[in-house]
Amino acid sequence: MDIIVCVKQVPGTSQVEIDPVTGVLKRDGVASKLNPYDLFALEAAFRIQEQAGGTVRTLSMGPDQAISSLLETVYMGAGSGVLLSDRRFAGSDVHATSYVIQSVVRQMGHFDLVICGKQTTDGDTAQVGPEMAEMLGIEHAANVLSIDEVDEAGITVTLNLDDVLQTQRMAFPCLITIEKDANTPRLPSYRRMKERGKDMITVYSAGDLDAVDESRCGLKGSPTQVERIFPPEKNRDKELLEGTPQELQAALAALLRSRKLI
Amino acid sequence: MGLKIHQEKIDAAAGEQLVSLCPFGAISYDGTLSINSSCRLCKMCAREGPAGAITWEEEGPAAECDKAAWRGVAVFAEQRWGKVHPVSLELVGKAQQLAAVTGHPVYALLIGSQVRPAARELLEYGVDKVFVYDDPRLSDFLIGPYANAFTDFITHVHPSSILVGATSLGRSLAPKVAARMRAGLTADCTMLEMKENTDLVQIRPAFGGNIMAQIVTPNARPQFCTVRYKIFSAPQRTEVKGEVVEMQLEEAGFASRTEVLNVLRKPSNKDISDAEIIVAVGRGLKSRDDLELIRAFAEQIGAQLACTRPLIEAGWFDPRQQIGLSGRTVKPKVIVTVGISGAVQFTAGMNSSDLIIAINTDRSAPIFDVAHYGFVGDLYEILPRLLERIKEGIYV
Repeated sequence: MDIIVCVKQVPGTSQVEIDPVTGVLKRDGVASKLNPYDLFALEAAFRIQEQAGGTVRTLSMGPDQAISSLLETVYMGAGSGVLLSDRRFAGSDVHATSYVIQSVVRQMGHFDLVICGKQTTDGDTAQVGPEMAEMLGIEHAANVLSIDEVDEAGITVTLNLDDVLQTQRMAFPCLITIEKDANTPRLPSYRRMKERGKDMITVYSAGDLDAVDESRCGLKGSPTQVERIFPPEKNRDKELLEGTPQELQAALAALLRSRKLI
Repeated sequence: MGLKIHQEKIDAAAGEQLVSLCPFGAISYDGTLSINSSCRLCKMCAREGPAGAITWEEEGPAAECDKAAWRGVAVFAEQRWGKVHPVSLELVGKAQQLAAVTGHPVYALLIGSQVRPAARELLEYGVDKVFVYDDPRLSDFLIGPYANAFTDFITHVHPSSILVGATSLGRSLAPKVAARMRAGLTADCTMLEMKENTDLVQIRPAFGGNIMAQIVTPNARPQFCTVRYKIFSAPQRTEVKGEVVEMQLEEAGFASRTEVLNVLRKPSNKDISDAEIIVAVGRGLKSRDDLELIRAFAEQIGAQLACTRPLIEAGWFDPRQQIGLSGRTVKPKVIVTVGISGAVQFTAGMNSSDLIIAINTDRSAPIFDVAHYGFVGDLYEILPRLLERIKEGIYV
């Protein structure tokens, strides 16, 4: 059983602030971390490996700093990691990003199963997994809550479809994205941290990929374009009430009463 | 197309300036300047940096897509057991507004088994043409056949824009089909507009919601987007003037490497997405015990309880009670936020509520930008007093 887990390094907080004057992101003191949703994907992979044997490799695209996130996956239990880092991929939208990552998956050789987190905390689109699956020519299941059975030929999973739970059997190779809280992710092991280092991580640039069509990467390969960015709209008919607790309580009561809530 | 670095124009001072200018930390300088893959091509360095140090090089225009060959605003009408999901009806309403700009028709795509009543319902909401793939083999959601039917619809009908509800099913199916069509897909749009040249203007929160991004697909069709439940409003039922078009997927399209074994209806939990009145609580709450106060208040005004992400992380609430970008979108008649500062990733999930009342101690909290009524005060001083007064029967 060969598993590839896709992970991403994301800002340590989602509270990224924008300087209203310069429009520049304030990133002072904003550390990076492994996308929290990916922890459930990693745990799912390790549990399958414990049961069925085989390999777990991790894959990420991002700047060189993302090596630290890949190392974290190695400390948790991954056999090795691959980082794709190249400026030529800058400006990629979801489509181009999916294309680039699936090219790396192809480069990584045989796999039975690709596992992704449900989404990332910075992009929040939940699209890269399903788009990659299509480009790899395999089927996928999103929002997987539990892995019910694994054997040589395939996997049985239960996925969340909002009002129903659907249990399905999928033939390998396939891709699944794991729902938040589907399991309890393990912590990095201290022993593995002592034993393993950066040599577990291979860094690729565009030139290392055999079959990558550069016209499908970066800005060129991105059907969507950000036309402009602007601050969220503020509510114009607002009323701000200040005063003593007594006054505020009375005003709140009057408001709730006018709406027949009390 | 790209950024060009002119090393000869960059001395140590210019290098330092460029390093600090980059909002993404993508530039480094150690005698020579380099840009790493964190670069988002925001062009800040070319625009604001030392003149000529980094320049933006345009390429010749790419081959133009023939936009006239793509007509219509289509809605993927999600259904389960023959009933149309309400988000799809909301999208029909939005599709009508968008199509009115360009004079295009409004289409619905319906995939399933025995879905005639759903097709009829869509016509009653004013859809011009409902394209139906009705086959027993489509009764369960199978990613392969569903994507094949969707693709078949696109290749036959050539819709310019396609709106999909951001349900679990929609968020799984739309990216697969968009990838196959090499089309753009914008997730979780909160505003949609149409340009006269049929470009769909898609607006969504970005960077965790601290800014809004306006996204277009200037040179590719179709244009896909997903929209969450309760962002737009369903139209009024109207006289049926549209028609149902029966579609047939070829045999090969039903092939699937996935087999559905079981479909189980989830135990019905009261869902905050459907609540009319909500009390939402955030980090202003000091301890878990204080939830009793909030619960009493919510009960008093007949509200369901909801919360922000940190309280989910603290384990105080069920994740289904979370409002925001990573939780539910709600659109109640009244929402009272208590001790919530109002980061946009929260407000994006509730700012279309009919009436927003906010209680927070910090006068500059962003929640007051979206609230219709803002109470600058301490929840611990206001709410117990209010409950006391209600108990005394003052407001009966």
